[in-house]
Amino acid sequence: MSSELEPIKNPGLPAHVHRSTDTDPKAAARAERQVAILFALSALGTLLLIYSYIFIKSDTFIFIPVLGSNNAQQLGLGLGMAIALFCIGAGAIHWAKTLMPDEEVIAQRHEFRSDDEDRAQFVKTVKDGAAAAGLGRRPLIKRSLGVALGLSGLTPLLLLRDLGPLPKDNLQKTSWKPGMRLVTDPGDRPIRPEDLEVGAVAQTLPELAVGEERTLNNIGKDAVLLIRLRPEEFNLTAERLSWTHEGIIAFSKICSHMGCAVALYEQQTKHLLCPCHQSTFDVTRAAKVIFGPAARPLPQLNITVDSEGYLVARTPFTEPIGPSFWERSS
Amino acid sequence: MTARERIAGNVAGYVDDRTGAAKWMKKNLTKVFPDHWSFLLGEICLYSFVILLLSGTFLTFWFDPSQREIIYDGGYQPLSGLKMSAAYASTLHISFEVRGGLLMRQIHHWAALIFMVGIVVHLMRVYFTGAFRKPREFNWIIGVGLLTLGIVEGFLGYSLPDDLLSGTGIRIAEAIIQALPLVGSYIAFFAFGGTFPGEAFIPRIYTVHVLLLPGIFLALITVHLMLVWYQKHTQFPGPGRTEKNVVGYPLMPVYMAKAGGFFFIVFGVTAFLGAVASINPIWLYGPYTPGQISAGSQPDWYMGWLDGLVRMSPPLETHAFGHTISWNILLPGLILPGIMFTGLALYPFIESWATGDKREHHLLDRPRNTPNRTAIGVMALTFTMVSLLNGGNDIIATTFHLTINQMMWFSRIGILVLPPIAFVITKRLCLSLQRADRDLVLHGRETGRLMRMPNGEFTEIHEPISAEKAWTLTSHEQIAPLELPEMDAAGVRHPGALKNKLRNRISRAAAVAVPKATQTERRELEGHH
Repeated sequence: MSSELEPIKNPGLPAHVHRSTDTDPKAAARAERQVAILFALSALGTLLLIYSYIFIKSDTFIFIPVLGSNNAQQLGLGLGMAIALFCIGAGAIHWAKTLMPDEEVIAQRHEFRSDDEDRAQFVKTVKDGAAAAGLGRRPLIKRSLGVALGLSGLTPLLLLRDLGPLPKDNLQKTSWKPGMRLVTDPGDRPIRPEDLEVGAVAQTLPELAVGEERTLNNIGKDAVLLIRLRPEEFNLTAERLSWTHEGIIAFSKICSHMGCAVALYEQQTKHLLCPCHQSTFDVTRAAKVIFGPAARPLPQLNITVDSEGYLVARTPFTEPIGPSFWERSS
Repeated sequence: MTARERIAGNVAGYVDDRTGAAKWMKKNLTKVFPDHWSFLLGEICLYSFVILLLSGTFLTFWFDPSQREIIYDGGYQPLSGLKMSAAYASTLHISFEVRGGLLMRQIHHWAALIFMVGIVVHLMRVYFTGAFRKPREFNWIIGVGLLTLGIVEGFLGYSLPDDLLSGTGIRIAEAIIQALPLVGSYIAFFAFGGTFPGEAFIPRIYTVHVLLLPGIFLALITVHLMLVWYQKHTQFPGPGRTEKNVVGYPLMPVYMAKAGGFFFIVFGVTAFLGAVASINPIWLYGPYTPGQISAGSQPDWYMGWLDGLVRMSPPLETHAFGHTISWNILLPGLILPGIMFTGLALYPFIESWATGDKREHHLLDRPRNTPNRTAIGVMALTFTMVSLLNGGNDIIATTFHLTINQMMWFSRIGILVLPPIAFVITKRLCLSLQRADRDLVLHGRETGRLMRMPNGEFTEIHEPISAEKAWTLTSHEQIAPLELPEMDAAGVRHPGALKNKLRNRISRAAAVAVPKATQTERRELEGHH
């Protein structure tokens, strides 16, 4: 239908309209002055930067409305630099817009496509080259080269092998052993049940043997949260209830979703919340997931007290802690 | 000839004798570039990249990329005597004891954010105006590559200081690696040199962050710019502009001054932000330890959508035959982003396949004239925006007194429901705008002046629009949908009938349009007025 109707025509580039700086020497002189002022402001900015670097003490603070209390040296350096750079840019652009030619120019595009002859020639060159090398006629070379290239591709993989040890059972196990005391983190003090009031939470780690150093790797696996409730508040199987001690229950602090520290405890609802992805675990029901992306409860640590009355692990964790991995069996 | 001109001539002659550059320079110094504000978006990315190289080099002079544990005895009193990594301690040193160090850190971080915003907005400009069409598909793919690498580079960068926030980010990255079926635990142990966090990861990502990725960036950006140069920039439709020409200003001197000046403007604004706007105050977070975390942990915005997807994921894990697959990590962390970025990279080819348009295009589309493409783009943006919002669900919940559950369920439902709604609304809006254009061309501009007719009727006076404007509003093509055969002449199903049917349907949807105004109609209406 529309082919029968005459379309609107391209009227062509409209006539150029001169700027006042093109026609009025006074306007041009004014623009020139404005550009020079911007460049001069830039120089002042650099002076401010030099002044701040040398003369402002690095521990001086000044109060600026809106921004609050600021380190004076850092502010002086930054503002000086900002003014110096911005004004160079503003000056250059003002110069281009007011004083450099502003008549639009038309340039023609060229076609990217090579002409047919060149294309045919190119294909021929490639074919001739391949034929001359005789790849098609010499399958032995082709195949052996393929094998050689493929095998040499293994080199980087092989050389990268020593980046780290094999996982072995490292993801499956923690440092917790039967009878190991739970000590506060920080502080490394052993804990008696009576140290924890009902409703209290404590972050703990396994006690170190004399001379042993604790590494972040240990903390990343061993961190345990202690929470004390009234025993009747639990809603646990008999087995899991026996893992608690006088209302104190212990969970791995490492989230079963992606390994963040599950650090937010809501005392009223008795929920543990991971601040990374908001997986929420119900403490009264053995850290069952009640909300969020985590698919498994936090592993519970079986605890009791030793002969001196300090809290200890009765057994290690019975399942791997932290995020899932392929070799994890449950 | 003045002395200065003679010297300039001599220098030019010296160089040309040895390189023959004069011929190339003569042609290219007067190369024409079309003018439009949206063409500056890519420039912002380029300039922030330069700022990143400069400020980043400064930071490397003091930064110690090591996870060796030390006792802090530097100038920041609140952390005095604490155990921390050398990486964290040296970042504190840069922030408090190196003059201009904090400024450079903040400039570096702000420039990274501007770089990523620039890339995304530039990508949106290229997408919505159809600048990715033939012959510019290669540059589109390079651009998607730069976006992807930018996300990785930014993540590695803010992970380097080894503060509590960034360490938590690395922990999450480790969990994603560990979740890979079959090889996950092995790759994680190789990457971290053993158990998380180990002491190997930060030195390793440091090399990747300052050497490997910037090198790849430089190479890709160079090719990206060379292609823009060689293929010449696209231009918006307008009077005098055609598929065969470029209308604009010459490089020498106008664009040199403008582009050069714009670099200083971008640098100046970034420096201003670095001076007044605190960003990533790592001394408040404390050193990383896997046993601690702070509430409201957030990644930088370009990772936020990914984190949002992870947060809204349903709690799915498969346990079978002694193995575990974490869909709650793989789906939002790898599979969905993989689909999104592959789709993005292949979009030019998908569109050209669906519409059958294999021609070169140098004139840009106004987004309203391609309702389908615009609606798909808004749909994808809506998807990403819902994810991004959910990435900050805890902050939003606290700020607006919602529960985290409300936020999460809004996102879980919204991510499925809102994108299709956005598609429909956008497409309708585009068609309405086309109708408005048509009315404007045929009936002219509303002047707001009322006229009373002899019979008492009031009408508004319309003024015809200029020939230039009428051309701009009607110069786009309206292509007819494909009609690929589904049956052959004998009524037998054509081989590939299903594919043809699909293409026909998509191209029919893409061809929906309000017929653009023509000269014939204009003339007829003039007779009536």
